[in-house]
Amino acid sequence: MEALLAITIGVLVASAVYLMLARNVLRFIFGLVLISNAANLTIFAAGRLTAGAPPLIPVGADGPVGEVANALPQALVLTAIVIGFGLFAFALVLMFRAYTSLGTLYSDDMRVAEPREETTDT
Amino acid sequence: MSWVLATPLVLPFLTAVLAFLTRFGAGGRWVSVMGNAALLAASAVLMAQVLEQGVVAGQMGSWPAPFGITLVADYLSAVMVVITAITALAVSIYALADIDARKEELGYHALFNVLIGGVAGAFLTGDLFNLYVWFEVMLIASFGLLVLGGTRAQIDGGVKYVTLNLISTILFLSGIGLLYGITGTLNMADMARTLPQVENQGLVTVIAMMFMVAFGVKAAVFPLFFWLPAAYHTPAFAVSAVFAGLLTKVGVYALIRMFTLVFNADTGFTHSVLLWVAALTMVTGVLGAAAQNDIRKILSFHIVSQIGYMIMGLALFTPLAMAGAVFYLVHHIIVKANLFLIAGVVERITGSTNLDKIGGLYRSAPILAVLFFVPAFSLAGFPPLSGFWAKYVLVAAALEERAWIIAAVALTVGLLTIFSMTKIWGEAFWKPHPAALEPKLSALAAAPRAQLLLPIAALAAMTLVIGFFPETFVAFAKTAAAQLLEPRDYITAVLGEGA
Repeated sequence: MEALLAITIGVLVASAVYLMLARNVLRFIFGLVLISNAANLTIFAAGRLTAGAPPLIPVGADGPVGEVANALPQALVLTAIVIGFGLFAFALVLMFRAYTSLGTLYSDDMRVAEPREETTDT
Repeated sequence: MSWVLATPLVLPFLTAVLAFLTRFGAGGRWVSVMGNAALLAASAVLMAQVLEQGVVAGQMGSWPAPFGITLVADYLSAVMVVITAITALAVSIYALADIDARKEELGYHALFNVLIGGVAGAFLTGDLFNLYVWFEVMLIASFGLLVLGGTRAQIDGGVKYVTLNLISTILFLSGIGLLYGITGTLNMADMARTLPQVENQGLVTVIAMMFMVAFGVKAAVFPLFFWLPAAYHTPAFAVSAVFAGLLTKVGVYALIRMFTLVFNADTGFTHSVLLWVAALTMVTGVLGAAAQNDIRKILSFHIVSQIGYMIMGLALFTPLAMAGAVFYLVHHIIVKANLFLIAGVVERITGSTNLDKIGGLYRSAPILAVLFFVPAFSLAGFPPLSGFWAKYVLVAAALEERAWIIAAVALTVGLLTIFSMTKIWGEAFWKPHPAALEPKLSALAAAPRAQLLLPIAALAAMTLVIGFFPETFVAFAKTAAAQLLEPRDYITAVLGEGA
């Protein structure tokens, strides 16, 4: 199971890096989605993969009885997914806005803030 | 004593909510000023507590460490929170005149206070995942502030700022996952205790490098700083002042915290990488600045170069060098925020920050010239201003360690900083105005003039106080450095005596 997860993470990171190296910022944010999922899977795998029961505490007991799954990485992944979703939504809107107001999706052509010629400074 | 620790976090978010509700009309801006004044008071209470106790730790929700989230304030955290509050108060007063009604209605004050809350949280937390969450709070608020107003230059700078910061976030998150995988804890004090027992120390160093890159992007060190000069000259002046003062310093703080408390096993490798990074950051930043011709762009590159000095203190890893890094952090935040605020006044009375288009301010606005002189030449390291002592301590530490090269680099970069500052001084203040205009401060109405100049004067006064009475601050920085290099007190405060 670990090997499968490790390969999945590797493939995700590789495709994400490929996409993020593109000059097109839309490709970049698709890469970002993939790599943030890879990061989430890394946290999940780092918490050890066990085929345990849900970490529920029976009535009257002080702690879970027997083998249970590690709940902490799941909580971390959940938080990271929520934050990642928010950031992705912002990034997507920003790229759309960049497309409408700068007229391009190519990062090489985005030179409004840093014009090549100092004389065309705003 | 957890309320002492929690108040500096609760206040900014409360202020943000109130400021959002009152964003139409003049209410929001005064809510922001009062909220930040209260934050300053709360941080002073925390500082008093830390001075009395050494390290203050509080378990949130009464969950004992390492299971719950711990807030910790040692000398470094406490002084960073105080400086955050001072900067936030100064910028919120400045914003009374600088931020127009449209930006206020879009929620400027709410975003600003969320940013301050995120910064304070990052300084106070003792839990690694919690640090990630505070970074994100800070990041999303800074995204909003950066593009607020939506000019083309802002969107352009925003794209670069957002993309590079998101990459750093992903690296940080993966690093946390791996570190949790090998230590089984997220509490930083607990990590410091368990990491030396980890068998595979090579893996620990790999993770340390992931954190170095992730925080290096935030701190804008060589070769990861490109987002900073691409974006910092685009937003409103109040926004760029708070960014310049605080945001990169959170990255520096995180580097200092992680590379003193957690990753202190293989310092021979990690800290020599940091030393190279420090030297290259100083040099590239100052050379980049020399090529610029806009006040804010020059100052942006100088942020990069100054970050190098702080990293140099961390990299040398001696008590004196760490003290120098802490002193530099405090001095730098005040000076750099102030210079951006002054750039805002220059733009307001002359209509530009491009050095070719302005001039004559020494004759027409002498008060502004004096107010610029203090932070600018403090940054360049003129005695007896605060920057001189900061550089003095760092260079003395380098010479003590016989690190001749870094000492030479630090001194040379200091000289080149003088070049940049005299360039701004000569072009904006000394030479006659190219169109023979006489831009005067009295062109501004009385109320906005006071609101713009009061925070500038207060921050300049602080630079002078640090410059004239450096012993107190150096002694404080030395205690902070001792705590950082010998984290016993920190670990005991978090985990209890048995740890």
